[in-house]
Amino acid sequence: MSRSSGETLELSADVLIIGGGLAGTWAASAARRAGASVILADKGYCGTSGVTATAGPGHWWIPPDPPELRETAIRNRRKTGAGLNEPEWMARILALTWESLPTLDGFYKFSTDENGVKQHRALRGPEYMRALRKLVDSLGVTVLDHSPALELLQRSDGSVAGARGIRRQAGGDWQVNAGAVVLATGGTSFLSRLLGSHTNTGDGYLLAAEAGAELSGMEFTTYYTVAPVRSTMTRSMSYAFATYYDADGAVIAMPPGPETTRPLARAMLKGRVFCDLARTPEDIRARVPTISPNVMLPFRRWGIDPYKDRFEVTLHGEGTIRGIGGLRVVGDHCQTSVPGLYAAGDAATRELVAGAISGGGNINSAWAVSSGQWAGAGAARHAAANGSQSGGRAIGQAGLRPASARRDVDLGTTLSTIQGEMLAYDKNIFRSGETLKRSAEILDDAWAEFDAHAQGAGDALLRTRETAAMLATARWCAASALAREESRGMHQRDDRPEMDPRFNRRILVGGLDKVWTASDYGHALELAS
Amino acid sequence: MIELVIAERCTGCNACVEICPTNVLEAISGDVPRIARQEDCQTCFMCELYCRADAIYVAPDCENPTPVDKNAILASGLLGEFRRNHGWDEWADDPRYPNEHWRMESVFLRARMAFQRRLRRLQHHVPPSSCRP
Repeated sequence: MSRSSGETLELSADVLIIGGGLAGTWAASAARRAGASVILADKGYCGTSGVTATAGPGHWWIPPDPPELRETAIRNRRKTGAGLNEPEWMARILALTWESLPTLDGFYKFSTDENGVKQHRALRGPEYMRALRKLVDSLGVTVLDHSPALELLQRSDGSVAGARGIRRQAGGDWQVNAGAVVLATGGTSFLSRLLGSHTNTGDGYLLAAEAGAELSGMEFTTYYTVAPVRSTMTRSMSYAFATYYDADGAVIAMPPGPETTRPLARAMLKGRVFCDLARTPEDIRARVPTISPNVMLPFRRWGIDPYKDRFEVTLHGEGTIRGIGGLRVVGDHCQTSVPGLYAAGDAATRELVAGAISGGGNINSAWAVSSGQWAGAGAARHAAANGSQSGGRAIGQAGLRPASARRDVDLGTTLSTIQGEMLAYDKNIFRSGETLKRSAEILDDAWAEFDAHAQGAGDALLRTRETAAMLATARWCAASALAREESRGMHQRDDRPEMDPRFNRRILVGGLDKVWTASDYGHALELAS
Repeated sequence: MIELVIAERCTGCNACVEICPTNVLEAISGDVPRIARQEDCQTCFMCELYCRADAIYVAPDCENPTPVDKNAILASGLLGEFRRNHGWDEWADDPRYPNEHWRMESVFLRARMAFQRRLRRLQHHVPPSSCRP
């Protein structure tokens, strides 16, 4: 790593987008189309970073006619979302996603079905992100690759004025003075080895919280995906026809429906779990490599025939990725509660559209496409209206500017603490007030130590700041889960097994020194339509 | 984790250095890229996809390095398989490697239907042979 010089690349733009995955690239395109000058800074490479590039998102995809189709879908989703999602927002993402994907023609080579009909709904991840990179390049967005953001710049009036970070490959630092900032930093899996998620460490949550933003829905973090042990291959399609076995070879019974996490986790808490894909029909087997080319990679390389052999599996936690929570959205441009700061994709809460159960690939992708564009256009409008790009002060705290004397804090130990509370099946999937309270205490202690003494330097600077972000996120998750004293959607508490109408609202969370939670009584947001 | 950048095949284009999302590789002037931070590899296989020379091998184990024999890997036929199945570059117009990702939803749908059939069988104790579609 050549972070040698103290040189800072200083740039100005109307809009700065932090994060170049699905939401960030759509945000950049919308801001640019709204007439703004745009800089996009990605931690890794815009085109391969983030969880879309390694996956293959479908999108929530329902034709506008007849109108009953969308109305029915929204009504059904409102039921499964357990009262936390909103018809207006669902209608908005259905409409914008339907309009947006065909505009990628020319950048993405859409396939056609047997009848020659172009298929826009599901795009292969690497090709999708490669197309979006070409799109933002073609629009004149300035892309800074390998340029992780470390902290926001904030003016004395509270508005956000850009960000600063490091240039991992070029060396030195960067600072972008901007009229508005979009956080498209993704969710976080707490480095669970979920495929493609290791650039997603919750950075945007911390950056925003330091500027005074709040979060929502952080209790909904219990989504897990199956993968062969010691692999990252969390491609759920391949497990559609899976049969699971315990260590004695007995079949593990699965309930109807897609919810397999709880029975699998229960079995894994008792012992090793194995799987085969023998029920997969022959014609599907033949097509797996051309549907999802990465699915077979681990099997081929390990000499396993998954259609015949039993292989051991694990569950990788998805945290807030296919969980639900994120930065609270306070208006229809996806603005946060901080002026000039916008949130898109998994960096924002998806309760508005998903409710209390995971949006899975479809709703989450439609949300990323849509929220990205609203945030990008909203940021462009804010920048045009407010004029100034300058005047910000760097506001990063934990891991950058310790509250007391600098002292070595072991990053590996801190990460183990975070993962122990956020990913362990017995604590995170099968929840109870007692264990959540204990988690919150453990994480608070870790935070006190980290905030007081950790100061990243050299090669460890980025990982130090990422660890601070994951630790802060974990505290918000634990506090929110404790505050929701009921079971709803993916948040299931053994000590409160029923849904309680008193909690028919969102739970807000925030704070760094001291974490607070609050009920969002007026959660029906006003849409400007 | 990434295990090999094979010098005999590498053209020194450094695409892998540029596109690796976790900055694992380092460009070396006049030489093949160096695997400088293997522990940061997230086993996403993107470097293989972007390597037009099929010079990179990523082992599926994401937790620990895997000892690999370069000659065995070269002989295995695994190099370049991922890029070929994706239909990238010279494979773009090869009819054997179409992008059929759009069929994913129908796979899930068929799995759900199969599950419901099995469930009905169990509930009604119908012998399997009599309830095939």
